Amino acid sequence: MAENNPTEVKDEPSESAGGNGNGARSLLGVTIDPDEIKKKAQIDLEGLKQPTKTEVYKSIFRVKHDQTARSRTLGVLSNVFLHLHPAKVNRDAVRYNFTWGMGGISFYLFWVLTWTGVLLMFYYHPTKVQAFRDILYLEHDVPFGKLLRNMHRWAAHAMVLTVQLHMFRVFLTGSYKKPRQFNWSVGVILLVLTLLLSFTGYLLPDDQLGFWAVTVGTNMARATPILGHEGPFGPELGMTPFNDVRFALLGGSIVDANALLRAYIWHCIAIPGFAAIFMIVHFWRVRKDGGISGPAPIMLEKEIKPVRR
Amino acid sequence: MDWHQLWTIVSLPDNIPIVGMLFIIPFFTWYALRQARANDRLVERLENDPDMAKTHHRKVQPFKKGWVREVAVWPYLLRMEFLAAIIVTIILMVWSITLDAPLEEPANPSLTMNPSKAPWYFLGLQEMLVYFDPWIAGVVMPTLIIIGLIVIPYIDANPLGNGYYTYKQRRFAIWAFIFGFIILWCSMIVIGTLIRGPGWMWFWPGMTWDHNRLIFEINRDLHEIVGITSQPWIGIFGGLVVGGFMVVAGYACHRIITATEFSRKILGRMSLLQYAIMQGLLIIMLALPVKMAARLLFRIKYVWVTPWFNV
Repeated sequence: MAENNPTEVKDEPSESAGGNGNGARSLLGVTIDPDEIKKKAQIDLEGLKQPTKTEVYKSIFRVKHDQTARSRTLGVLSNVFLHLHPAKVNRDAVRYNFTWGMGGISFYLFWVLTWTGVLLMFYYHPTKVQAFRDILYLEHDVPFGKLLRNMHRWAAHAMVLTVQLHMFRVFLTGSYKKPRQFNWSVGVILLVLTLLLSFTGYLLPDDQLGFWAVTVGTNMARATPILGHEGPFGPELGMTPFNDVRFALLGGSIVDANALLRAYIWHCIAIPGFAAIFMIVHFWRVRKDGGISGPAPIMLEKEIKPVRR
Repeated sequence: MDWHQLWTIVSLPDNIPIVGMLFIIPFFTWYALRQARANDRLVERLENDPDMAKTHHRKVQPFKKGWVREVAVWPYLLRMEFLAAIIVTIILMVWSITLDAPLEEPANPSLTMNPSKAPWYFLGLQEMLVYFDPWIAGVVMPTLIIIGLIVIPYIDANPLGNGYYTYKQRRFAIWAFIFGFIILWCSMIVIGTLIRGPGWMWFWPGMTWDHNRLIFEINRDLHEIVGITSQPWIGIFGGLVVGGFMVVAGYACHRIITATEFSRKILGRMSLLQYAIMQGLLIIMLALPVKMAARLLFRIKYVWVTPWFNV
């Protein structure tokens, strides 16, 4: 507009300036009243004080942020990150002494590991030439690289521990009993995947520690019955160091470049993928099996019902 | 007493989880059993007082009239999860700033690490290699541990103790799990980390890791002690010994399973398949400490030698 009709722009302010005693002006045919602008600015500023009333906030969260039961319920149910939670839980179920929080902490550690792991992947090449140098580079040159690597390793150790403690708690509270039998089995798979994740990560720095740990670990695969070349009935069935299960794991007969690449792919893609799938099932089943198991009311011996076959 | 050696092992950054485990596992065991005892006392009171059992809400924490039975997840649960995440983050940050992840020399296939140890959570399995051949310790046992854990819910026929800590209502299950998890799994990890030194030799805490140490001990097979020298008698003898162990262990397990009236009642609820699987897993679990004792106390290497495999 302004470029097309420069004359209009010039004329109108001068006209309205003379004609209006309030100081209101007209720009591009719009009347401008300073008082009104001030008022509108105040409204916007008031809005800043109460961000939950703004359209932006409402479009994102859609639920009022207040203490009514309805808002609290909807706040959980309408949030994709929180929707695995129920809206309400048994008042005793939030007690720390029952769950120890170990399952949730394990899941949180999995996220920490995913984030730090992805960041580490930016700096790491799974090749014999570069792997070890990349670690040195991370430790000495990358900003916060050492912190990143330390955090990844310690979170992994912590996760192995918390997953085991989670299993211990679930056992001691009898939470695997009907109707949660299947979810316990899924949890055992997740425990195994956790250990495998940690183990495959061990080789990646390509240092003596990882190399010999993985050598010791995979040497056991030689001895697999039937499928290993040193296992019972393995040689009889034609197993050699070049076609047995250890060869499949390492991509060769020794821990070398192929083993490094395979460990990398298992560690960064395949096992996290499987773990994610099993975790989805695990959390879904927690809800579908009726939420966390307790603290449940105590059952007495005389109340045991006969088995139905 | 070589304190320096002890400190070298304990302060190794990768060994922090095990040192932590030494405190964390007993703490949580105590924490769980304390709650179990409180619940067991309540069970006793409710069993002695049927009227109370009708009205009591059956939890140790007293429920007061007027309280809501359920609380909103937001904020009462989510704030705890958020707090837990913050605490874990702080712990991780401090841990990562103060202790560096280990990095040894570049991988070198011609220079063997001594001792060369698996990651700490597999040291139980590596320790098992002392007592069994790799196909048992490295393949069969781990597989059975996984399968055994998976089938636990399907062989536990005791409906009591579902969703609360208890000891008296689940004595056998609790003992079996604590035996497998703490006495075997955790303590073998601790042995593998803190006790085993160069050459995978046994070094008591405080002993110097002497790389030139030699232990002159002759491990013999059981049939050599008995004096059987030729196959197939060696194989037959070993098979009989292993079979005999299974019968004895199975009988012992059966005695334990049927020790009380309550446990007999639970046994009555089990199908034959459930019972057979449970017995099989228990016998194999017991085989580990028996073989450990045979090896550590009597220096017996194999009890069953055949042309194809040795046990």
